[in-house]
Order: sequence, then structure tokens, then C-alpha cells
Amino acid sequence: MNSEGLTRRIIACLDVDAGRVVKGTQFKELRDAGDPPALARLHASAGADEIVLLDITATAEARQTLLETVRRTAKELFIPFTVGGGIRTLEDAAKIFDAGADKVTINSAAVATPELIGQIAGRFGSQAVIVAIDARRGTASAEQAEVWVAGGRKPTGKRAVEWASQAEECGAGEILLTSMDRDGTGLGFDCELTAAVAAVVSIPVIASGGAGNTQHFADVFAGGCADAALAASIFHFGTHAVAALKQDLLRAGIPMRWPC
Amino acid sequence: MITIVDYGAGNISSVKKALEHLGATVQVTSDPGIVAAAKKIAVPGVGHFSRCEALSNHLRESILAAIARGVPFLGICVGMQWLFEGSTEAPETPGAGIFRGQCSRFPEDVKSPHVGWNRIEPRAGSRLLRGIENGAFVYYTHSFRAPVIEHTAACTRYGGAFSAAVERENVYGVQFHPEKSGATGLKILENFCEL
Repeated sequence: MNSEGLTRRIIACLDVDAGRVVKGTQFKELRDAGDPPALARLHASAGADEIVLLDITATAEARQTLLETVRRTAKELFIPFTVGGGIRTLEDAAKIFDAGADKVTINSAAVATPELIGQIAGRFGSQAVIVAIDARRGTASAEQAEVWVAGGRKPTGKRAVEWASQAEECGAGEILLTSMDRDGTGLGFDCELTAAVAAVVSIPVIASGGAGNTQHFADVFAGGCADAALAASIFHFGTHAVAALKQDLLRAGIPMRWPC
Repeated sequence: MITIVDYGAGNISSVKKALEHLGATVQVTSDPGIVAAAKKIAVPGVGHFSRCEALSNHLRESILAAIARGVPFLGICVGMQWLFEGSTEAPETPGAGIFRGQCSRFPEDVKSPHVGWNRIEPRAGSRLLRGIENGAFVYYTHSFRAPVIEHTAACTRYGGAFSAAVERENVYGVQFHPEKSGATGLKILENFCEL
């Protein structure tokens, strides 16, 4: 592929509940890791290529994403900023954009109403719409991974590869693919799942779930064909700062934006 | 005072926010009269070239009149593409024709859209890119790109070289998003503020 200078992206994710950053282990146990705007700025200055803020309890509790948190976080952030969680309608998305987000992720609502993807893309552009897919496969093949919604609480019967392809046709600009099997485990990304989805779409695929060390990122960029990789807990708790990770990946031959 | 032209092409708040962060006073308008009287103009843009229809209709004369007066003009993303003659993305929508050439889709051998951080190679003497190092990274998200021309101020390579920035007297354009390109992008916007 003649992609020349385009780098792979490292995305720091802030999982937010009630205006505070938290991170679950397989979406359950939560540990407090701080204030969203402060953490977003910290990651940006350490070299994160993008920031994603996910309101992780929004869908389950039918609660709107905290617009004030978005506004405060966007204020001093000059790298791409994505917000997800609880976005059900075009109006919900418009409020998030108005608060300063560059992109939104939609998950359960896109599964329930795929037209929503096109509605948001039609008004704000495809580049502003990321379809988030939470997939679980257990011991089945990557092609058979199933899409779950409602914060990983409800199976849909849809296959992740088919849904990703349909989402692209509907106007999605990127796919954020989370392996529920790996999320919070630190055992590494699901490279087979990521590669299977990347093979059926031409839009960028962001791999998520399972990051534990540098090699996991190198693996998902190489074997997993990911355009970007997202992680939360390994950054928040100082296990591996973004700067150190990017330098390690550069040495491993992965194109990175560095120095930032 | 920088006048941001709001022509209904998505989200302009991040450009406004970045300029205000740099200390600029910013007004957002879709009023051709205000645009015609502006002292400095920025036209952000995301999405489809057909969104430039509004620029090409009722705002065109005001913008061109301001440019003719020597007002510094910055087009961002689709706002830069509009400065060319047109785009194969929406052949029925004319561009401003300030720069020669048509915007076109990336070749088949690269993934499209081009999303993420890529390097720019600035041309010596660019006012907009003053102080920007060769190989500095900027953030892109687009499926169509402008050709390399006489007035190209910086190139980026992705499926071959394309115009990352153009510059001709008081008219400037950038294909990337300076408002989303970290310190490098803020420096470029600061250069525009100081013109």
C-alpha cells in the first residue's frame, strides 16, 4: 500500500461516568482515574494522536452524555476529539458537535437505526461519524464474532464483519472495534478480529480492547492491519505513557507521529 | 477581527475555538455584506464539495471582492479545495478558480479516506508556514485532494504528492486541519493571525 508518510494512530480513551474518568475490567469494575479535561490535555501533550471520551453508562441508564464535560474537555484540546455514549438521534449528535467534539461514535443506536449513520454523515460529513462495534466471539472464528449493544449487555445476532461493512455503506467514516473478550484483560488486542474487519472495509479501523504492552500495539498494527489503536487504562495508571509507547513503536518500525 | 464564513458545511466551532485561543477576535457569519467588509476571512469546511454550492452562489462575489481588496483569506479542507476550479466530487459545483486545476479522488492503491497524521514539506518563503519544519505532522481527513501546482506552498505524500497548502499573495489554503494539528497547527493559525 502506497500510504507513504501516513502514521498509525495512538488514541487515548477516557471512559467517563458522572463527569469523572473511570475504567472497567470487562465493563464492570470501575476505578476512578480523574478529571476528563486534565487527563485529555495530559495525553495530548504526551503525544496521543486523538482523544476519545466515552460516556460508558449513558446507554444503559438512558442518560444524555454530559455536555458540560465535553465542552470543558474540548476547550483546550487541539487534536481530534471524539465523543460517544448515549447518542440516539441526530439532535443528540448535533449537541455533542456544538459542545466542541469533532467526531461522534454511535453504537447501540446505529444498530437499532442504521439510517442514523447517514443522517449524521449528511449533516456533519462522514469523517465525523465513527460506528463503534462491541464484538464477542469466545472460541469461535473472527468472522463469527457477534455484535453486542447496550454497553456490552445485549447480544444482537449480527456478525461484526457484516455490520462493519454495512456501516461503511451507510456512511460511517471509521470503525471503532472493541473486542469484549479482551477488553480490560491486558492480554493484547484481538488481531484476528481486527484483521477480519479491516479486510471488508476501506475506511479506517480503530482496534480497542486488551492493550497491555508495546508488543500488543505492534501486533495489531502489523498482523491486525489496524489504522489506529485505542487504549485507556494502560495510560491512566502510568503503566505505559503515550510518549514511551510511541518511541518503542517507532523503533519497531511502525510509522508514528513523533516528536509531537 | 477574523470573519469565519458559515455556509452550512458542518462544524466550525473548533476553528473558532483555536483562533480565540490564540487571542484573535472572531465573528461567525453567513451574511454576504459582512463578508464583503471583512478584514480577514477564514472558510473552514468538511465533507462533500457540493456543500460549496452556497459559497459559489450568494457568497462568491463578496469573498472575491474582499480578496481583490487584499484581505487575507484562509480556506481549510474543502474551503481550500473551493479555491481551485472545481472537484470531480461534485462537477456541477464550480470552485473560485483562483488556483488552476481540479480536485480529484485518491488513486485506488491507497485507502480512502486519508485519515490521520501525515508529514508536510513546506516550500521556502511561505508566509503561512513560516517556522514550520520540513516533515512536521498535521492532521488530515479527506477523500479528494488538490494537485501540486505553481502556488503549492507544501506537499504531502499519500498516493503520490498533493497540495497540502497553497499560497498566492493574500490567498492561502490548507488541506489539513490546523485547528486539530496540535502545536504545528496552532503555529500555522498564529501565522495567519499575524498577517
